[in-house]
Amino acid sequence: MVGMERAGQNSDIKSARSLGMVTCRRCSRVWAADTPVCGRCGHHIRSRDDTSLQRVWALWFVGLMCYVPANLYPMLRTQTLVNKDESTIIGGAVDLAHHGSWGIAAIILFASVLIPVTKFLAVAFLAISVARPSRVSPHHRQVLFEIVEYIGRWSMIDIFVVAIMASLVQLNTLATISPGLASLFFALSVIFTMLSAQAFDSRLIWDAQARASATRNVTSNTGTDPIKATHTP
Amino acid sequence: MTANSPPTTQDTSALIGCPQCDAVYTLNEPKFGETANCVRCGTRLISPRRKAGLQIIALSLSIAILIIAATVFPFLTISAAGRTNSVSILQAALVFTDGILVFLSLATAALIIFIPLLRVLLSLYVLIPLVTDRPPAQGATRAFRLSEALRPWSMAEIFAIGCAVALVKITDLADVQFGPAFWMFTALVLLIVLQDRLLCRWSVWNALDKTQI
Repeated sequence: MVGMERAGQNSDIKSARSLGMVTCRRCSRVWAADTPVCGRCGHHIRSRDDTSLQRVWALWFVGLMCYVPANLYPMLRTQTLVNKDESTIIGGAVDLAHHGSWGIAAIILFASVLIPVTKFLAVAFLAISVARPSRVSPHHRQVLFEIVEYIGRWSMIDIFVVAIMASLVQLNTLATISPGLASLFFALSVIFTMLSAQAFDSRLIWDAQARASATRNVTSNTGTDPIKATHTP
Repeated sequence: MTANSPPTTQDTSALIGCPQCDAVYTLNEPKFGETANCVRCGTRLISPRRKAGLQIIALSLSIAILIIAATVFPFLTISAAGRTNSVSILQAALVFTDGILVFLSLATAALIIFIPLLRVLLSLYVLIPLVTDRPPAQGATRAFRLSEALRPWSMAEIFAIGCAVALVKITDLADVQFGPAFWMFTALVLLIVLQDRLLCRWSVWNALDKTQI
């Protein structure tokens, strides 16, 4: 795979919507604008998802609301011969750092704090950026969206770590680890932010640019032939 | 599909749209091994590979067998001060038993075992008739659509990294031995990633479309 030559071609690209057509987001088949269901894969198609931003924000808030108790309740309960210990996500990472496990503390803080917080900010930024003019280029926003979609799932790692540790460390009186209530809220928070990112219609990012270039190239805009997809060996 | 012909005289079956940014191109099918990417946003649109169907079927069969085996065999064994405890992946997934946490058990089991398993079974169901030049199985389009919709929720590879983190955390506390399922699961994750890379979604939809008419 080689990168595409983009220079000078952006203004030539037509969106399906501007050609009176609609693209199926599941199988990329193009249909006439008023087609409700894709004739190839059966996916419901809409030229633009009008409710996209509403759903993004609604799911975003639910995700955020779950993230608060996820940090307040204990994630792990550790019981050893000498003491009983309940630790929250951040508390557990701080404990690990005190014991000298800097690497693991960093991974946990990265996966459970940095990624979720960045994800909340990134989805909010994307949703705001399509509702009002943005100075960030569509390319950068598209890349940001793809990163958010890709990385969102990885926050689930903390739940799996808890599952493995709690199931494995069951050594009767010697040491027992059990999961805390935070695990449920954390999982819900991850699931809702994933749904929020999925509800975002990334085509909205490109519409603003298309509008801008349409006003700029209003004189040169004559043909309606779609351009050819480029192949890279 | 003449009922769906556009208001213009243009035939939309000769077009392809980018699902991410809505750019439209005239369809120009790349050769095997080549890739057609969206010029505007860079999304990969078509990436056909020679014999991909057969390879994916072989991979899917191995994945299905490995998932079932990895689920039931012992996964990890821990020992400290003469006590040992060994668990399977299913036991690890079902560890959340405390009251309302039960739902989390169901979700975890689905994410790391049942959704990956369902996805390979669906892809076998869709691909076997296509590769053997038979008409598509009943409901093949629905099956493939479901498989695609479930893609973000198949988290076996994330569980594998979770293992690595958990192991480093536990090794201070106790001795950990790897069971057979651990190695199966490692192989499984590699195969799942490979299968996902090989599959060209557009080619499957196109093949399903052609054979239905």
